[in-house]
Amino acid sequence: MSDLRQTPLTALHRELGAKMVAFAGYDMPVQYKAGVMKEHLHTRSGAGLFDVSHMGQVLIRHEAGYGGAARALEALVPVSLLGLGEKRQRYGFFTNDQGGILDDLMITNRGDHLLLVINAACKQTDIALMEKGLPDCEVAPVTDRALLALQGPRAEEVLAPIAAGCEIMKFLDTGIFTSDYGELWVSRSGYTGEDGYEISVPEAEAERLARDLLAHAAVAPIGLGARDSLRLEAGLCLYGQDIDTDTSPVEAGLSWAIQSVRRRGGDREGGFPGADRILDELENGVARCRVGLCPDGRAPMREGTELFAAKEGGEAIGRITSGGFGPSLGVPVSMGYVPASHATAGTMLYGEVRGRRMPVTVSELPFVPANFKR
Amino acid sequence: MKFTEEHEWLMDEDGVVTVGITAHAAEQLGDIVFVELPEIGAQVTKDDEIVVIESVKAASDILAPIDGEIVEVNAAIVDEPGKVNDDPQGEGWFFRIKPCDPGQMADYMDEAAYQSFIG
Repeated sequence: MSDLRQTPLTALHRELGAKMVAFAGYDMPVQYKAGVMKEHLHTRSGAGLFDVSHMGQVLIRHEAGYGGAARALEALVPVSLLGLGEKRQRYGFFTNDQGGILDDLMITNRGDHLLLVINAACKQTDIALMEKGLPDCEVAPVTDRALLALQGPRAEEVLAPIAAGCEIMKFLDTGIFTSDYGELWVSRSGYTGEDGYEISVPEAEAERLARDLLAHAAVAPIGLGARDSLRLEAGLCLYGQDIDTDTSPVEAGLSWAIQSVRRRGGDREGGFPGADRILDELENGVARCRVGLCPDGRAPMREGTELFAAKEGGEAIGRITSGGFGPSLGVPVSMGYVPASHATAGTMLYGEVRGRRMPVTVSELPFVPANFKR
Repeated sequence: MKFTEEHEWLMDEDGVVTVGITAHAAEQLGDIVFVELPEIGAQVTKDDEIVVIESVKAASDILAPIDGEIVEVNAAIVDEPGKVNDDPQGEGWFFRIKPCDPGQMADYMDEAAYQSFIG
């Protein structure tokens, strides 16, 4: 075929009739027979099973244990890791010296070390960054595990018989479970705006676990197409589109992920790449920011659509970074960057679609409220 | 029924030709979420981009398969674009066109030829 990388579930995807596409160097299912719309709606009403094995799992260890590893990694991310409780997970991002975002990731406190989940497309650069930036740590990519996401309001009832005790976990709790499929590393998290779990499983057991999950009446396989529309409705950023090396976390609306201890006046103020810019933006605001955008008509406004303040004339003032149809809302939804002066919800702008400027209204994010178990 | 390499079907009924997209095209496009149709009365030329459809994946243009005048459009698929997926070669039709030269349809494929074209 090609030199695309496979996951432990590639054969199963094909057996299930998936349409496969190249994504971040992997051969991945974009949709199954049901199609993006039905898969999206199924995830919001039942439970959707996603193969996210293309993402990187990395263990970070330090001879001084968790504190040593956490303190070291704080030099690369502007979040508080020393303040992260045992078995808890937190969202974060690697920043560069200009205050841009190199990748976004999930970080877990595993007692005496950290577990990171990083984006597939950034895996090599993230690992190189950590090998260079964490000289006193062991940076160990996990190469013998698959990663599944089980997302949706019925995820708990599906997983509880397999990982006894997962039902008492709350959003961003994690645990290690002994199961019929070997040791499962489970977090109550995901990237759909729904309750659910991410499950790291030994690769030799991944297909059997996936088949057994799919045997449950509530579970359907979900491809990358619906994963994208689900995270868009949930107002979540896709690295490479909504956030990249040219966007700062403050512009991206991710300030909530920077705890006060890392801000000006905090005990561990700064000390991460791009701190000057990011700390200044936290205090003084930004010139542009990421907003939700609701096109007035039915025509989707996709990534790259230019935004204007007026129906005619003038230069573009912003750009859409993600956009498409929101199946749960039945209307198109987008996100993009606009000047702070035009970022108030309700502001009417124009997006240029096929040479015509169509009205689009600035909106709060998320479009669909999160359904997490807090 | 005739078929184009652009995956449109044409059905000539009493000198008016109904046009839509094939079941194969609808399946390839995925769930259709937006349709923009031409104006009734528009004079169109073969290969003019006269319909825009957007699926969950991407936007596509539908070309006029022949020269003629648009005499009717299917407003139902503007309100419910999913009808194109549900019944592409029936209720999901796009527009009706009165041909300038019905001979333009002669070169298009019949069903058997189209089936072998899509393999």
